Order: sequence, then C-alpha cells, then structure tokens
Amino acid sequence: MSMKYLRGVSTLRLDADKCTGCGMCLNVCPHAVIRLEGRKAAVNDADLCMECGACAENCPAGALTVKKGVGCAQAVRIGFLTGTEPQCGCGDDSCC
Amino acid sequence: MHMRKPAQEQKIVLSPALEAARPPEKVSWDYTPGDRFTAWKVRWGIGRMNCRVRPGLYALGSPSKGSPVFATANYRLSFDALRRALTGTDAWLLVLDTKGINVWCAAGKGTFGTLELARSIQDSGLEKFVTHREIILPQLGAPGVSAHRAAAYTGFRVIYGPVRADDLPEFLRLGKKASPEMRKVRFGLYDRLVLAPMQLVYYGKYLLPAAALLLLLGFRIDALFTLAALLTGAVLVPVLLPWLPGRSFALKSAVAGLAVSAAVCLLLGLPPYSAAARILIYTAAASFIGLDFTGASTYTSLSGVRKEMRLATPAQAAGLLAGLAMLLAGRFL
Repeated sequence: MSMKYLRGVSTLRLDADKCTGCGMCLNVCPHAVIRLEGRKAAVNDADLCMECGACAENCPAGALTVKKGVGCAQAVRIGFLTGTEPQCGCGDDSCC
Repeated sequence: MHMRKPAQEQKIVLSPALEAARPPEKVSWDYTPGDRFTAWKVRWGIGRMNCRVRPGLYALGSPSKGSPVFATANYRLSFDALRRALTGTDAWLLVLDTKGINVWCAAGKGTFGTLELARSIQDSGLEKFVTHREIILPQLGAPGVSAHRAAAYTGFRVIYGPVRADDLPEFLRLGKKASPEMRKVRFGLYDRLVLAPMQLVYYGKYLLPAAALLLLLGFRIDALFTLAALLTGAVLVPVLLPWLPGRSFALKSAVAGLAVSAAVCLLLGLPPYSAAARILIYTAAASFIGLDFTGASTYTSLSGVRKEMRLATPAQAAGLLAGLAMLLAGRFL
C-alpha cells in the first residue's frame, strides 16, 4: 500500500545537466522517487519525497538539492516556539 | 600513528582518540528473553536512555580479516536487529555514537553522519582488523552520510545495505546488492502499531492526570471524552491511517475524532447543544494528537507538515475555544 503526503510541496530539485547517471540516488532513496532514464536520473513522483536529504547528500555531482528536514509536527511546533529550525526532540525521551 | 594514504586523497585526522582503542568486544547472535524484555521497555518508553550500546567495534561470532563490516547506531533495538539478522554470519559491527538514537533519526540529525563514521573507523582501528576496505551501512543512514566524502576521508568504500536488517542475508546472497523492494521503507500496520505506545505515553502524561482531575471535579462525561480523544489520536489514527480520508494527518485525525466523539455522544444520549460543544472540543484534541504522528510516520516531509500546520493549528484552536465557549455559555443560559 502506498501512502502519499501532500501534493506539490517537496523542495526536491534535480539538475539533469550535472547528473552523471551514477545511480547513487536510487540506492539511498527510501521511496523510489528517482529512476534512471538512459544515463540520467529522473524524478518519478515528487509527492512521494519526504525530504530526508539522502539523495542530495550522496550525489557526487551535486545534481540534487532538497531542503532537508524532519516531517514532524512536534518538531515544527518546538522550532516555532524557540525560534530555531525544526528539530525533533528524539533523545529527550520523546519520539523514535 | 602512520597510515597508508589512499591515492590523491589526504587522510584527515578528525579527532584524537581519547582512550586507546580497546579490543573488540565479542557478541553473539542470540536473542535472549532479556533482550526481548528490553525491547518491550524501549517501545513503552521505560528507561529508554539506558538502552544505549557502548560505541566501538564488536566481533559478532568469530570474524576474520575478510569478514564484512556493518555500521549501526548505538540504540539497543538497532544493534539487536542487526545482530539477529546476521545469525550465522561472522562479521564486524561498528557501533557509531548516535546518543542512543536509532539510525534513521540519528541520520536526520547528523549524529549518524560522515564525520562520526570517519571518527569511529579511525578510533576503533578498523584498518587493523580487516584487509578489505568496505563498510556496509544501513540505507536509512544515508541522510546523514555522504558515501563519497566518507570514502575520501577514510579509504573505506561505503556500501548501502537494505532498509531493513531482516533483508541482510538476501542482500549478502545477492553479492551485496539490494533489490528495489529492499530499498523501500514500508509503513504497514505492524510498523504503525509498535509506534503507538510512545504516542500514548507522551500524551498520556498530560491527559491521564487531566482526565482524573475532571473526574474528581465531577465532570465525568468530559473525563470520558478526554480518554476517547487520547485513544483516538494515539492509537486509532496510527491503525487506520491509510483508510482515513485525505492526505493531511490533521484532517485524518479530525475525521477519526469526529466519528469517535459523535459515537460517545450517541452512547451517552447527550442533548444536541452539549453534544455539539463536546464534538468541537474533542475533534480538535484528537486532530492535534494525531497530527503528531507525522513525526513517527515514514513518509511525511517538513514542507508538508509546515503547510498543514499553518491551516490546522488555527482550526484546532478555534474548535477548542468555540466548544469551550459553548459549554460556558450553556451554564449561564
């Protein structure tokens, strides 16, 4: 069963000109957002992207960018209240 | 310390080892009743922070210089999942210091990260224990680790294993290749259910005393509604997630909260006015609690959560205040 989150919000961007087709992004994406088409990466469905940042971190060509973050309401709330970037409280015995 | 430098890449020393690397501790594949009890406690949030594994290198079974190396977090459940999945395979386990946090969350924070990986490889003296230069990482460590940079820093090639440790035997059988299915994160009923206790414990801390207080003050009905909202947001929403309407967690949870509080109203035979007030309050409460399950889910993004909160938070506040105002007004009318 595929669960999808909100439409059209992902900050994932692919610069196909920079892509060397190494396929590393396919190895690390947990939602199969990216496929290889010929010798280039292509985005399957950006609505499946959870902005974990794995593809951008592991792209040796710097072809992928995404504003990495945690999709966690508690983190957003804490970030809003403390005026910092959303950070999950994991470790202070809250979640995961 | 003299080390062989990989061609062209300057090996950088990231931090001096504070203590001399101790010999790798031996561990077995056995999953004991004690381990099972620890796992249960961790899921219920009991003494979670005592569930850290000492970072460093471990010898699983009787590994040799050619045995594979697996990196993991120093969270008990991550370490045990890896140990169990490798039953029968002699291997080296490199436990990174992620402050007792699981691989994925730690990768998000960067504690399961390139520098920590490089530091662990260096401080554990891994180079002396194996002749190959490969290290297998859980795929979910990838948000924190840059494979190409880690290779440049350490000389070790990073191979991303499957998402789930359970798939490791198959991954090894395929020659350290993961099938597309192994690369996907799932969020099935069981995955959602094991996370429900943490939600229950987190909100129960506030809502159980609140319900008890309401009961003592004579608001028996509201004590019941409070418990219903807690169970709806923390258990029902995780269980019914794929079937609740919409994509927004706040909306899904509001629908569940509306259905449950309406059912409680019918059960108690509340008059329409008082029922409407309760439905407003407890639908808002269930929506608030259920929205927090975004943090436990495996597919929500920060941009998405921000977007739905901009809409949902004022709506939840409005529902709560409108319901309270109705109840208050009802007392004086």
